[in-house]
Amino acid sequence: MTVPAASRATLQARLREFLPEHCLIDDRESQRPFECDGLSLYRELPLLVALPETVEQVRRLLQVCRELDVPVVPRGSGTGLCAGAMPHPEGLLLGLSKLDRILDIDPLAGTARVEPGVSNLSISEAASTHGLYYAPDPSSQIACSIGGNVAENSGGVHCLKYGLTVHNVLGLKVLTAEGELVSVGGLGLDSPGYDLLALFNGSEGLLGVVVEITVRLLPCPQLARVVMAGFDSVKAAGDAVGAVIAAGIIPAGLEMMDRLAIRAAEDFAAAGYPRDAEALLLCEVDGTREEVDQHSDRISALFREMGASSITVSNSDEERALLWKGRKSAFPAVGRLAPDYYCMDGTIPRSQVSPVLEEISRLSGEYGLAVANVFHAGDGNLHPLILFDASDPRQIRAAEDFGARILDLSVEVGGCITGEHGVGLEKLRQMPSQFSREELLQLEEIKSAFDPGLTLNPGKGIPILKRCQEYRALPTRDGHD
Amino acid sequence: MTDLNDTIVDAVTRARDERKPLYIRGGDSKRQLLGRDCQAEPLDMSAHRGIIDYQPGELVVTARAGTPLADIHELLAQHRQMLPFEPPLLGGRATLGGTLACNISGPGRPWYGSIRDMVLGVRLVNGEAQLLKFGGQVMKNVAGYDVSRLQAGALGTLGVISEVSLKVLPLPEHSTTLVYAMDATQALEVMNRRAREPRPLSGAFWLDGRLYLRISGAASAVEQTASDWGGERSQQAEDIWSQLREMSLPFFRGDEALWRLSLNSAAPTTTPPEATLIDWGGAQRWLSGDADFTRLQRSAATAGGHASLFRGGDRNGEVRQALEPVQQGLQQRLKKAFDPHGIFNPGRLYSWL
Ligand SMILES: Cc1cc2nc3c(=O)[nH]c(=O)nc-3n(C[C@H](O)[C@H](O)[C@H](O)COP(=O)(O)OP(=O)(O)OC[C@H]3O[C@@H](n4cnc5c(N)ncnc54)[C@H](O)[C@@H]3O)c2cc1C
Repeated sequence: MTVPAASRATLQARLREFLPEHCLIDDRESQRPFECDGLSLYRELPLLVALPETVEQVRRLLQVCRELDVPVVPRGSGTGLCAGAMPHPEGLLLGLSKLDRILDIDPLAGTARVEPGVSNLSISEAASTHGLYYAPDPSSQIACSIGGNVAENSGGVHCLKYGLTVHNVLGLKVLTAEGELVSVGGLGLDSPGYDLLALFNGSEGLLGVVVEITVRLLPCPQLARVVMAGFDSVKAAGDAVGAVIAAGIIPAGLEMMDRLAIRAAEDFAAAGYPRDAEALLLCEVDGTREEVDQHSDRISALFREMGASSITVSNSDEERALLWKGRKSAFPAVGRLAPDYYCMDGTIPRSQVSPVLEEISRLSGEYGLAVANVFHAGDGNLHPLILFDASDPRQIRAAEDFGARILDLSVEVGGCITGEHGVGLEKLRQMPSQFSREELLQLEEIKSAFDPGLTLNPGKGIPILKRCQEYRALPTRDGHD
Repeated sequence: MTDLNDTIVDAVTRARDERKPLYIRGGDSKRQLLGRDCQAEPLDMSAHRGIIDYQPGELVVTARAGTPLADIHELLAQHRQMLPFEPPLLGGRATLGGTLACNISGPGRPWYGSIRDMVLGVRLVNGEAQLLKFGGQVMKNVAGYDVSRLQAGALGTLGVISEVSLKVLPLPEHSTTLVYAMDATQALEVMNRRAREPRPLSGAFWLDGRLYLRISGAASAVEQTASDWGGERSQQAEDIWSQLREMSLPFFRGDEALWRLSLNSAAPTTTPPEATLIDWGGAQRWLSGDADFTRLQRSAATAGGHASLFRGGDRNGEVRQALEPVQQGLQQRLKKAFDPHGIFNPGRLYSWL
């Protein structure tokens, strides 16, 4: 028996006690922009959208929702790729975009304290006057929020050397489902009890609402340089990646693209990519001038030895930016090849890259859907982009099945179903391919320890097996089940 | 090189059924350190050892929890790789599982990360005697909550860690140490300033009026930085960093109470009483002898961190910074989520866990 949902009117009346009118959106049309995140296959309208302006408002709002047993779905910038921020039809969509202040920057300690709605890139922009920056750089960094980054434990092209969000966040202020404020972590490098910081990173808004973040800032490198190389086969490029690691070099970034992605990106960005190559590597090294010279020479030599068909080395920051532009705009670029694309996110051991890509290519034939591959080669995080037409229900189904096969394959070769985009609603059904029932139940116990009422972002992240009776899972969907 | 998962699961099943708590023991190198006294039936992990998988090209090593770190260290060195968090080997006694449970890292921690940062996956026996696997052997994995990292610093109170996968890194090509005579206040300022420069700094500690800076990386970059920064080149550089890592410097000897402060690296030294050894570029500070724990906790909190009684003193009282009530409540519920019958290391972390 599920509890009957609170009516919109009741919820609205209670929230209006402390939220100004312009912070609530109740009409369907104005709610449209909030109906999905970056994965627009999944859409839903909420009961109500709230865009609070202070932490105190968020706190009271959570208290009201808990009291009325209304689901709350936190949302940052809505660039997520797993339908994590998709609204709940009986719930409140809690937009955090108005909490967008950089509270302070301490250049000596190398830290910045910010609100969750601040965009990833603007932290680096604000820190740049001190010669510092925030390292994790998802390709969506102009738009995505730091709160969303924490919730997804986002990566970026530089996380091979500088780590993921979890490695670059020192402290958080979080509101629990009951609206109680907790500080986790701080300004030091560890905490006295359980490492709740590790738990909140990547928790997809299921354990609490992040309302303040303290990040670690790094010194901007003296110099960064990109070595780009084309190869005649994916295998050769994969071997070249292995050779760099074996040489004891950890590049700042090491990305691979396949033929279809190279061409799409080149058409989009005119970055000078070799259109006839089967695979492309972009390898960035950074550090002191001497180090960059030493490493870029060594990497160019290694790529040549490994049979590169072309090599380009950036000679200026402009050239470097241009080489990255193709990669950073790869998703939208590939997106122009078909009405829609579906981005997968499995991670596999590096040694498995070429057999896995071969199998993906075989599946592409089987499903009759083209696929372009863009990925973080340094850490084995694949982003196959499946091209399809969402106006055709059969193609939707085929794309989803194809995607699921890729994720199962990732798990089979010793990897996982998501490296950085999160589970959200999208990969919920894949969770049992990575976890046993007992493991899923353990995750459920953690969820329930933080959110016993199960009202934070229900229907996402982890399947609820034991408490499914009282659980407000999302309604099953037409065409998706 | 035996796998004792079945034996561990049996022991936990018995402990659960009889409600008889266990004290999980690796190499027994840290029983007197970090946590509170724990009186319970020992569960010895030291025979559950062996490196299961090591792929230098993948930068990943997987080993059973009872494996001595020294074994891993040696194997990695043969491939010019290292455990980036520079853990103390404690005369070969420190085990992989114990090191993760204690979240203990050496001087390179602010630059290379901690064991918490490097852990990719664990196998864990929870309080229901279920052998579970979280994370894996790949660099990025965000499916489910990060149970692997959660084990770091939990002092074995959430389950028996059975197996650990870690990210490893290449050994730096070259390393050198610069020494400067200065007082603690100056040293803190220099450490922090240097750490904010784009240079390959990999260690910064201060003791007895001397600041030591270690620079590691590409040979050309290390030499250039050393000549730009000046200072005296240390002759016994290797020794001093390994003694710091092993906590075998004269400063650490004896059995006086040893207090650890984990703070904002740039916090001033005036926080009373003054630290006598400053490591991690200012973020980890040590003092020994009698101190007022309540006062230490207060000043640590002001500096964005926490204080703990690392060794000695009263190990039946609390040895870690008190937590706010909401946080304490969450930690208790989390403990229950893993160990509903309270059988793992009761009271080791806090009296109430
Ligand atoms: C073109 C493109 C490129 C991308 N490239 C990358 C990439 O390189 N690497 C990468 O990792 N990701 C990438 N992404 C995915 C996405 O940008 C990240 O997941 C990002 O962190 C999401 O941030 P957001 O603010 O948009 O979060 P949203 O989409 O709004 O929300 C994401 C999740 O976080 C929760 N959430 C948001 N804010 C909070 C909060 N304050 N407290 C608690 N929970 C919260 C939501 O409930 C939801 O579950 C890309 C996306 C696009 C569209």
